[in-house]
Amino acid sequence: MIEFGKRRLNNPEVLERVRDELQRQFNSSSKVVRVCTGPGCAAKGASRIYELFCEAVSQHSIEVEVTTKVVGCHGLCECGPIVIVQPGEIFYQRVEEPDVPEIFRETVLGGRVVQRLLYEVPSTGKKAKKANEIPFYNTQERIALAYNGLIDPTSIEDYIAAGGYKALPKALTMMSPEDIIAEVERAGLRGRGGGGFPTARKWRSCREAKGFPKYVICNGDEGDPGAFMDRAIMEGNPHAVLEGMTIGAYAIGSSQGYIYVRNEYPLSVERLRGSIEEAREWGLLGERILGHSFSFDIKINRGGGAFVCGESTALMASLEGRPGEPRAKYIHTVESGLREKPTNLNNVETWANIPAIINRGGEWFAGIGTEKSKGTKVFSLVGTVVNTGLVEVPMGITLRRIINEIGGGIRDGKRFKAVQTGGPSGGCIPTEHLDARVDFDELTKLGSMMGSGGMIVMDEDTCMVKVAKYFTDFLQKESCGKCTPCREGLSQMLHILERITKGEGEVDEVEKLEQLADLLAGTALCALGKTAANPIISTIRYFRDEYDAHILDRRCPAKECRGLFLYEIDAEACKACGICLKNCPEDAITGEKKIPHVIDQKKCTLCGTCWEKCPFTAVLKV
Amino acid sequence: MAQEDNLIEQIVKRYDGDTGMLIPMMQDLQSECGYLPVEHLRYLGGRLKVPTSRLYAVATFYSSFRLAPKGLHDVTLCMGTVCYLKGAPKICEAISREFHVEPGGTTPDRLFTLQAVNCVGACAVAPVMLVDGKYYESVTPASALEILQELYPDEDTVEKETEA
Repeated sequence: MIEFGKRRLNNPEVLERVRDELQRQFNSSSKVVRVCTGPGCAAKGASRIYELFCEAVSQHSIEVEVTTKVVGCHGLCECGPIVIVQPGEIFYQRVEEPDVPEIFRETVLGGRVVQRLLYEVPSTGKKAKKANEIPFYNTQERIALAYNGLIDPTSIEDYIAAGGYKALPKALTMMSPEDIIAEVERAGLRGRGGGGFPTARKWRSCREAKGFPKYVICNGDEGDPGAFMDRAIMEGNPHAVLEGMTIGAYAIGSSQGYIYVRNEYPLSVERLRGSIEEAREWGLLGERILGHSFSFDIKINRGGGAFVCGESTALMASLEGRPGEPRAKYIHTVESGLREKPTNLNNVETWANIPAIINRGGEWFAGIGTEKSKGTKVFSLVGTVVNTGLVEVPMGITLRRIINEIGGGIRDGKRFKAVQTGGPSGGCIPTEHLDARVDFDELTKLGSMMGSGGMIVMDEDTCMVKVAKYFTDFLQKESCGKCTPCREGLSQMLHILERITKGEGEVDEVEKLEQLADLLAGTALCALGKTAANPIISTIRYFRDEYDAHILDRRCPAKECRGLFLYEIDAEACKACGICLKNCPEDAITGEKKIPHVIDQKKCTLCGTCWEKCPFTAVLKV
Repeated sequence: MAQEDNLIEQIVKRYDGDTGMLIPMMQDLQSECGYLPVEHLRYLGGRLKVPTSRLYAVATFYSSFRLAPKGLHDVTLCMGTVCYLKGAPKICEAISREFHVEPGGTTPDRLFTLQAVNCVGACAVAPVMLVDGKYYESVTPASALEILQELYPDEDTVEKETEA
């Protein structure tokens, strides 16, 4: 293989020649084993599997050349670790260490398929050989995640061979900054971080703002619990983010960029740092990019572990080395942002969409999605669905299709109760709205929001009051404390919710919650505070009966809130094995051999140990 | 102290003394020392001409900074929405009970520091626990305790057993 690294590309033609050469090389070594090491697969031991494949390759000194690659999140985390073998794009799932020699011998060397490691389509019982035969994948449309699972994120050569860094030379040589902004405008791209502000309008305001230097920022502070879209992009295809930012910086007139990455994502930092180094060596970042007069460089900052830093002004404060407290935004950050200079901030996914828009044109992008929400959106589909993972779907798809077709429905035959979107600022959407189309405006109408793309599915066993309490507790802890409504309001709301879930709620407390929510929405300083009551408001809107059951009947319908339901032993299911009896810390269970056991409700402290330990699920919540 | 001064000088140099990079500097300092010793913060503040109070404000605002030494191992328990719904609080309770440690604290024997964080972004395999950066998926209270028991060095376990 030719060493291209350390050689600066001085003009776009050289880049194209290099690309041709790389593509020829990659085609000739046609045997490739791709091991997904996204967070889901990594947790299931994918790194070890990758090592074993490497060992297998090195020990097998035959003439065929086999390349092993670590790739970013492939999406179907539920079935990880995922291994894909080329040629044939054979999709193996739930691969374990002992499977490696067999895959290597049968598929890599022999070209035969190992049937037992294929995915079985539940509806038909057929084995799927390729990813696109699996319903989870074939309903998706991938733009931001297009190269995820395909390329080695640590190799710029891979990205270039796959068609990366095509948009950048096009933007630099064939388009003016205004052309680029117009193209993004035609695409109708809206910010993927949550707010959905039109990206082109933001860029233009920043371009036109007075002040120098100008900054561009990539917001990688993906703080919403239950969301890992940006993580997957930063770790699976970091160069797309860099390319998007470089194009944006050129359009805006900036020469310095920052990527702010969450503290909990050390691998994202490592991947981005490596990619920035590579891009600099290749002349795709730094002084005089591709021989053009335009220069741009990127620094990475790690967050300190504060949710509020996802808010743009708080993030900028953090970049200035201060506590991440937001400020009021009557002066927009595009005019006075980082160090009081014009600053344009976009989310990771927004930046990752830019190269595709420049390559394929705004019209193409605008052809996907709904009237006001164009393109695709990445969601992390998690919770009690069968197929948890990362999905990218065209805007306008219904929630029902995402949950049932892609997600494969609810796990363990349970009933669907709600889907939570938009993170702690979002809300819970119930069954009756499952046919709602997923776009920015539709979700807002339903009292939730698009947010950055967390989608948490909840089944009938989830107590919605507890969900509201969880998010309120989260936000109360993460509130920076600068403004009174947020600092004090959230504490009060949490206090009320705690009382309700303990069965101490009073009749007018739902109304009190609504009043406080209203106050917060109207008076809090930043978006965190203004939207903080959404989880409460949306659960009251759709699940008022659950609040009432807690308050009026002192009962938790989902049987989750301790003290608001009882444990009983089903005499017919009980095998009188004595396990619950031995484990009960209060000696509240009586019974003898062959006689069904009984819980003494007076002694029972509702700790739930018997319910967890019973091997026959004979302990019931009533 | 000279050695520590040298360390801070190196860190300051790494970021060209840019006070905007205060947080990365403090992160580097913490990764070297395991926590932020007050003396070091004073020196760093003096070096950057930033009042110590501001360094203290930063250190206490961000949850990843700590002002006290940590344990031998880092245990991170994810409390993100999915982990929470799938039983992370029970795991946390079990660890607290068994090892006498609250989230944010260190076990009395300094074996590990327990951190409860909002989301580690591995929601598809929730509940998740990390030990020294290694992910454990679909953790239960019982499996969590088992994983943590294994953190005891072998000779300690032997000692414990002989004591018992």
